[in-house]
Amino acid sequence: MSLLLQILLAFATLSLLAIGGANAVLPEMHRLLVEVHGWMDDATFSQLFALAQAAPGPNILAASVMGWHIAGPAGMAAATLGMLAPAAVLAWVMGGLTERLAGARWLKPAQFGLVPVAVGLIAASGVIMAGAAGTGWLSWAIIAASTLFVWRTGFSPLWVLAGGGVLGLLLL
Amino acid sequence: MSETITPGKAALFLGYAKIGLLGFGGVAAWARRVIVEERRWLSERDYAEVLGLGQILPGPNVGNAAVMIGRRFHGLSGALLATAGLYAGPLAILAALSLFYERYGTTPGVAPFMQGVAAAAAGMVIGTALKMGEKLRPPPELLAVGLLAVAGAAVLRLPLPVVVLVLAPLGVWLSLRRAFRAAPR
Repeated sequence: MSLLLQILLAFATLSLLAIGGANAVLPEMHRLLVEVHGWMDDATFSQLFALAQAAPGPNILAASVMGWHIAGPAGMAAATLGMLAPAAVLAWVMGGLTERLAGARWLKPAQFGLVPVAVGLIAASGVIMAGAAGTGWLSWAIIAASTLFVWRTGFSPLWVLAGGGVLGLLLL
Repeated sequence: MSETITPGKAALFLGYAKIGLLGFGGVAAWARRVIVEERRWLSERDYAEVLGLGQILPGPNVGNAAVMIGRRFHGLSGALLATAGLYAGPLAILAALSLFYERYGTTPGVAPFMQGVAAAAAGMVIGTALKMGEKLRPPPELLAVGLLAVAGAAVLRLPLPVVVLVLAPLGVWLSLRRAFRAAPR
């Protein structure tokens, strides 16, 4: 089996396991890429993941960076396609299903029952990010200020992101 | 609730491009910001419901929501445009970073700046969750489900599929129970 096909299949498998997003499949991604296929070692896996975190965009794109490392640009394309396509097809089907069921009385309340899980997991990822980013009094102050700014005002969060970056540059 | 605006195809792509490019530390906060506050494609509640569906499917919930929102507005081309917008910019940046890493074995030296951005991004994500919780005003039992999700994922560090597969049915059941007790037919 060609390498690109292997990459595509490995990430397509991960894609279908990724309930809860990228962080949900991190252990399994590590197992597949490092232990099963031997495409990289431990340290490289961690570095590539950190590299992906430094860029904007959905965290799931860590897969793309891994793909590049394994097989260059074509590897990136195969990994990204494998990671995105199966989930996107399911979302497409789900979207069609909700359109067809639009009149059903139970649909809206049922959907609303999923909202606390989604919002709770956003909060949880924020807490986990804060734990990783909070390395001293200054970073905790930035976290607290940014939380209040985004929660209590309607201004663009770009202000706090830029402000945090500049403060970090000057003081960290 | 203020009125919503149906985006054209170009607007859909550009809106999602903004979400992808600004989404440091994940795109959840920017997705809500752009879709609900800035461009008003969906109401707070509509967006949260699409996101909830995206959460129980595998894959990133914002990416799943992009497919469903794109489909709702412009069918298959809408789904493709929203998805392309969300991923194209970040992928280009990641390709550049990969190239740099391949050549020099390290990441570019922007560490202190990025540390500050990461701290602000963490606050942005927490602030977004607080804002959504406040505006959606869930009944107490659903608020409890949300807090359980935070505790399970952030404190106990349970695997996310476990958190979703346990709490999603619970949330749906509680929400349906309330809806049909309030308006029995």
